[in-house]
Amino acid sequence: MKTRVTVNGEGYERDVEPRMLLSDFLRHELGLTGTNVGCEHGVCGSCTVLLDGEPVRSCTMLAVQSDSRRLTTVEGLACDQKLHGLQEAFTACHGLQCGFCTPGMLMTLLPIYNEARRLSDDEIREAISGNLCRCTGYQQIVEAARQALDEAAELADPDAESQS
Amino acid sequence: MKPPPFEYVVATSVDHAIDLVSTDEDAKFIAGGQSLIPLLSLRFASPTVLVDISRLSELRDVRRAGDVLHIGALTRHAEIQKLPIMKQDAPLLSAAAGWVAHSQVRNRGTFGGAVAHSDSAAEFPAVLLATEATIVARSRDGERRIPCQDFFGSHFQTALNHGELLTGVELPVHDDSTRWGFSEFARRKGDYAIGGAAVSARVDEQGRCTRVRAGLIAAGPGPTSAEGLGEALLDRVVDESAVSDAVARAERHLTPESNVHGTKEYRRAVVAESLRRALRQAFELDHAGTDRRSA
Repeated sequence: MKTRVTVNGEGYERDVEPRMLLSDFLRHELGLTGTNVGCEHGVCGSCTVLLDGEPVRSCTMLAVQSDSRRLTTVEGLACDQKLHGLQEAFTACHGLQCGFCTPGMLMTLLPIYNEARRLSDDEIREAISGNLCRCTGYQQIVEAARQALDEAAELADPDAESQS
Repeated sequence: MKPPPFEYVVATSVDHAIDLVSTDEDAKFIAGGQSLIPLLSLRFASPTVLVDISRLSELRDVRRAGDVLHIGALTRHAEIQKLPIMKQDAPLLSAAAGWVAHSQVRNRGTFGGAVAHSDSAAEFPAVLLATEATIVARSRDGERRIPCQDFFGSHFQTALNHGELLTGVELPVHDDSTRWGFSEFARRKGDYAIGGAAVSARVDEQGRCTRVRAGLIAAGPGPTSAEGLGEALLDRVVDESAVSDAVARAERHLTPESNVHGTKEYRRAVVAESLRRALRQAFELDHAGTDRRSA
């Protein structure tokens, strides 16, 4: 079945079986292997991508259902050899060890970053509650998220008083 | 972990979708797919045809008519949680939506899909039972309205016939006399509940309870209502002892089964405690506000 999508601003068209999951479509048809596949049944969150700007699990969606829609994957973050603010913060705060969950974490946090919303640690934990990490114990991920979101809020409104 | 082969058709209208599914007994509707696609990947389901209704804008409307709120089947969990009209006219449902899975699922999963899936551990069926909502369904024979007390069966069964599509739900609009409470416990917030309860009640001008119902989460083989609440709570100003009495009466009827999350005794205790917390919220006995925030 013909499926046309825009991924990270670029148009693609492929003929795929209806049963192909969006996660497999991204990895095997488009060669975008940054999206990781963990549990493959909607529990671990590592395959999170943005569908029309909102985080969804690409393993819990058929590729054909994404026809004529706009996707963003982790490959869409860094720009001109420069890491995205979220990626910088994860590096600085040691927000990863093996890195398997990281693309999902980043994509889950991306819309919050883009909205420049400052979150409390509890809200950050709730925001990433659908993403499992088996290495870090989450502490550094929360720190990385806080740092990135604080920076984004600062950039958006330099005069606002820091709440952290 | 890959779905088995199936045909896939994008429905162009509700009637088109119903026709396609009616003509093949192994065809199924798909919308957000947040329950169905994992079931396909686990090979628990192998439909011949999937009819995708997710692009039917006619199933997306949320509108108020008098004291009834109509919620279209394709309204997503995130919209139930965040839309101002939902917060105002259906605050219990809106609050419960925040407990449905995680944000990635709430962005994609649909209200009608979750209701039709009829999982005993799901939040929405419990809210619909508490509020005595009405399910609207359409088939080749036309439209019918099903009181939700007659809709939910056990083990993922509902009153829907094959080829019948849940198109929306009608919910009584929240007003000044309505009280509500919601409480749920899971190991990780957003995972399927170990137990929970949704309470909807009405009080008169003297503060006496004139109506009370609770839908229970993970309390039995299907979505269930709490029994015995009326005897303990109706026609009185509800206090702590009345709540304890109501919970004790309801607890006797609970029939959760032991599973990986705990023994049936533990699970019964979790549901009963959830009911107690939800009742305390509803009747404003929860002065510290701790219950509404608790996991």
